Amino acid sequence: MKNSEAKNGKGDMSKDVEGHAFKKPQADLSEQTDKALSGLDRRDFLNVAAVGIAGMGVCGAAIPFIAQMNPSKDVSEQSKTEVDISTIQPGQTVKVVWRDQPVFIRHLTEQEITEANAVALSDLRDPETLEQRTKAGKTNWLVTMAVCTHLGCIPQGSNSSEPRGEYGGYICSCHGSAFDTAGRIRRGPAPTNLVVPPYRFISPSVISIG
Amino acid sequence: MKLSPPPYQPKNAFTRWLDDRLPVIRLWHDVMGKGYLVPRNLNWLWNFGVLAGIALTIQIITGLALAMHYVASSNEAFNSIEAIMRYVGFGWLIRYGHMVGASLFFAALYIHMFRGVYYGSYKAPREVVWLIGVLLFMLAMATAFLGYSLVWGQMSYWAAQVITGLFSVVPFVGEKIRIWVLGGFAPNAATVNRFFVLHFTLPFVILAVVGLHVWALHRQGSGNPTGIEVKKAEEVVPMQPYYIAKDLVAIGVFLLIFCSLVFFYPNIFTDPDNYIPANPFSTPAHIKPEWYFWPFYAVLRSFTVNFMGIPAKLWGVLGMGLSVLVWGLLPWLDNSPVRSGRYRPVFRCFFLLFMADILLLGFCGKQPAEEPWIRLGQWASLYYFAFFLVILPILPLVEKTKAVPSSVEEAEKKRTDA
Ligand code: HEM
Ligand code: FES
Repeated sequence: MKNSEAKNGKGDMSKDVEGHAFKKPQADLSEQTDKALSGLDRRDFLNVAAVGIAGMGVCGAAIPFIAQMNPSKDVSEQSKTEVDISTIQPGQTVKVVWRDQPVFIRHLTEQEITEANAVALSDLRDPETLEQRTKAGKTNWLVTMAVCTHLGCIPQGSNSSEPRGEYGGYICSCHGSAFDTAGRIRRGPAPTNLVVPPYRFISPSVISIG
Repeated sequence: MKLSPPPYQPKNAFTRWLDDRLPVIRLWHDVMGKGYLVPRNLNWLWNFGVLAGIALTIQIITGLALAMHYVASSNEAFNSIEAIMRYVGFGWLIRYGHMVGASLFFAALYIHMFRGVYYGSYKAPREVVWLIGVLLFMLAMATAFLGYSLVWGQMSYWAAQVITGLFSVVPFVGEKIRIWVLGGFAPNAATVNRFFVLHFTLPFVILAVVGLHVWALHRQGSGNPTGIEVKKAEEVVPMQPYYIAKDLVAIGVFLLIFCSLVFFYPNIFTDPDNYIPANPFSTPAHIKPEWYFWPFYAVLRSFTVNFMGIPAKLWGVLGMGLSVLVWGLLPWLDNSPVRSGRYRPVFRCFFLLFMADILLLGFCGKQPAEEPWIRLGQWASLYYFAFFLVILPILPLVEKTKAVPSSVEEAEKKRTDA
């Protein structure tokens, strides 16, 4: 390459193709200081610009590959689940499915409500009252995700044959989190109360989750 | 000083021709043949790297065969594996081989790693070999978790749920990341599919990284039980035939154990609950991972209360992550100028305690999340971290080591005399 260029008369290594002078690699001191003072020279600028643009291109091209991992529309748009709650007796809990995940609908007894209200907020890791976790005038209906806020197991206690733990709500046997009758975290590694999903009463006996 | 091995000499016209064009035989000679000089005093603990490689090979071969029949779908996965067991010719053998192989792979890795700790193999100039090893360990853990999920039994499903739940500790975007990883709100059809793709791919990534591991090792040459670097030609022998022969004996014993397990105790490591098809609406009362994750699982469960303003959940995940990553810090945590545990009597006691502690941690991880196992696991976790972060850094300051012989030859002579 060098040789053939030299033969073509383009071998002068201090000039680029168009004959502009290169800065010699071993530039003298004043030239180097110049460069240091003025920051970027033309070549540095081209390098940074080229690498920058290419980098942006790579990042842009990565977007679809990252996005395809998100839930596809048929999964993400499963939006609503309607449940008739008229047959759920006080003290009973049913598990329903919303967005592939189980939800507890618990009809609280008077005693469970009293127990929940008797707890001082200062005793709670994630302070919330039963009122705040239920709909106005419907404090006897506790609707929560049946997904432990620790790592996602289904807590036990929805069925009267299952243990409920020392706080009378639910107990997650995976890593030992215990929840009270308002579904609030009381012991164990779970950081927050069982999540209350978005829902509303569309009639006194039917709720719509989602 | 680096000893200079005999260079490769092509013997005939063909090998000469090939060597000029693609020096594969030279590569073999330099890496596994007469061109790799190995300390002559290696004990049997130095066989476990090769055994891990054999286990990886078994996993890849049995895995490829399984993948011919496995159906990666949430409805079909479990049934397809039962079909492999019952209808596919020798399917039972291949699947049991893959299951037992995974366990033996980890068994080999653990012995390989403990060897490294006892003999100080991670110290200069082999830190990079060690770091790549820790990376391999993490890749193997990821691969095993993904593979275990593929069965789509009860333990598979809940393992997928709980392990992806680890991502949800990331502040603010944690839940989004978890949903992104799963491709849904809970493990679902998309999850099995992507787990299969990743489980298929990672072993080949592991294979490539093993290449880096061996490359880095050969740059400095193997260490040896004395921890003294070899200096003389009398202290080494060529890999071929000496260590090739020794490795073959080890492989024979390994395969004997492998076959005994596959034929007589194929389910010895399995949780019977994983023969129940996945049920997204009921978590088994006692979920636990495969045995090789028990110690780390115990660390995860040891954090039950919020402290220092950090929630218990985040502590648990950080603690578990650190319990793996801390292995990578070893070269910098242990500054003792004496490499081998042979000459460090105090270290030796703490090391034995450390091994016992890991067994205890594993035992706690296997138990249900109840007392006394949680409390016991907390003490065991405490010693685990203390060993790495307190005992190892402080020991060199206080320990009176035994006199280290001046050469491997002298050291081994002393041993045979004694
Ligand atoms: C580092 C190497 C590997 C490890 C540690 C590993 C680990 C595992 C584990 C623990 C299981 C669950 C076993 C069971 O309970 O049945 C599994 C399943 C599976 N693996 Fe692998 N594996 C490896 C390599 C491979 C490769 C290379 C392939 C395919 C190319 C593969 C394909 C499969 C398939 C299809 C299953 C599901 C079927 C079954 O349950 O047997 N694996 N793997
Ligand atoms: S998932 Fe419930 S305590 Fe860990």
